[in-house]
Amino acid sequence: MTDRSNLMIRRRIKNIVFTGFCWAVTALALIALATILWTLVGRGIGGINPDIFILATPAAGSHGGLANAIVGSIMMCAMGMVIALVIGILAGTWLAEYGKGTAYGSVVRFLNDVLLSAPSILVGLFVYEMLVAPFHGFSALAGAVALGLLATPVITRTTEDVLSLQPALLRESGVALGAPLSLVIREVLWRAARGGIITGGLLAFARISGETAPLLFTDLNNQFFEFNPTHQIANLPVVIYNFANGADEGLRQLAWVGALLIAVTVLGVTIVARFLTREQGRS
Amino acid sequence: MNTAPQDLETSIARIDAAQVKVDVRGLDFYYGATQALKSVSLAFARNQVTALIGPSGCGKSTLLRTLNRMYALYPGQKATGEIVIDGENVLGSGVDLARLRARVGMVFQKPTPFPMSVYDNVAYGVRLYENLSKADMDVRVEESLTRAALWDEVKDNLRGSGLGLSGGQQQRLCVARGVAVKPEVLLLDEPTSALDPISSARLEDTISQLKTDHTIVIVTHNLGQAARVSDHTGFMYLGELVEFGPTDAVFTRPATRRTSDYITGRFG
Repeated sequence: MTDRSNLMIRRRIKNIVFTGFCWAVTALALIALATILWTLVGRGIGGINPDIFILATPAAGSHGGLANAIVGSIMMCAMGMVIALVIGILAGTWLAEYGKGTAYGSVVRFLNDVLLSAPSILVGLFVYEMLVAPFHGFSALAGAVALGLLATPVITRTTEDVLSLQPALLRESGVALGAPLSLVIREVLWRAARGGIITGGLLAFARISGETAPLLFTDLNNQFFEFNPTHQIANLPVVIYNFANGADEGLRQLAWVGALLIAVTVLGVTIVARFLTREQGRS
Repeated sequence: MNTAPQDLETSIARIDAAQVKVDVRGLDFYYGATQALKSVSLAFARNQVTALIGPSGCGKSTLLRTLNRMYALYPGQKATGEIVIDGENVLGSGVDLARLRARVGMVFQKPTPFPMSVYDNVAYGVRLYENLSKADMDVRVEESLTRAALWDEVKDNLRGSGLGLSGGQQQRLCVARGVAVKPEVLLLDEPTSALDPISSARLEDTISQLKTDHTIVIVTHNLGQAARVSDHTGFMYLGELVEFGPTDAVFTRPATRRTSDYITGRFG
């Protein structure tokens, strides 16, 4: 009898301790997040004015904006995403539809998982060796390739996952009409998995939009407006990196604004992705 | 049903050669090393409904999936023997699978509408083989939906998503999609298992009407359904065809003990 109640009490204590631990850890994570957002908004919001979106980055001591960096970030992310979407969707589709259960498929999946968690600075170094050093120059194109390489494994993975979730019967009913599998994939399965694939794309975009390390080795920065992708183009992460450590108060303020802009963009994209995932689950 | 069964091991009725549409001869099927069909031989009669019954895992769905070579999607699955449709062995190596599947259509256990409009669902298969004008396609879509007994319910919303229909409507949409390509043979793999009784009854009506144009093979767990819709019935057990014959004979005077035990509910 006492044995039994002892056991009960011990179990109850373990339960309370474990649940309490989970709460505490969650609270810790949320506090960190809230603090970051609070600081970002507090320091950044004061610096937002129309000039941010009109003027190029200034030299120390003068007035300016972030327009060239915003344009550059959009250009590089867009080019990187094009690369990543093409490779990622096709690779994910291959893994889900053709490479399933094959040894080659397992190897590709494993390597993709490794890439998924590869340090971004290594990707930057890789592109430096491939595209920067041989051509003797930094360029937005090299930056875009580095960002694309970072986004590709994310898209590959999500594409494979959402396609694997499609019922086998859907695949079979397309094939049963006499359509070749490749056509069923393109016209039926991609359409059925559309929400999930778009979500993967948005999450990949969120991942690369704040990446600094790979750009330090590939694109670096430019103080002026530049639209030629074979030249260096300004971009928000590197601008933040450069300005944040400067002595000039005006530049530090711009860095905070840039950081706020990226955070807001990522937050917005994540919310849209969330929304799309829910829609997908409903249909 | 109370007639004492003969103590035959198996009893396979012959179909008059002139009536045979699909002739299965000595069919073996393997999932990797596991043999799922053991030397199955039977014939499906032209413009009739043949039901395949038997407990789960007996091979009836497997048999169905050999008829359009659906199994070819999966490496490691293999069929040997002959399946002759109108004189051509469709298990042969030179067979064009797309053409075979245009001739042998299939409807599955669960409704599988494509994520597109009702109209496009029906037109999807047709567009693979025929280059119809808009007007001809409209006619084909209406005709197919009518034959699947769905036209009246969707005619005002052909551009709406196929996913927006009820389960029973979705399944009839899949039937319409299947008949739209005018297959000679239509395979139905437990087509009512995911439907409520009213939808099931409507689909059964549809099946009875479809046999004027198609040879139909239906796999079902529902013995009542087999008795209602089919002209011939095959009873399978552990990968073997135990009994095959006219439906009323199989249900009222089964020739083997195993068939009798199954249809009287002693096992399965």
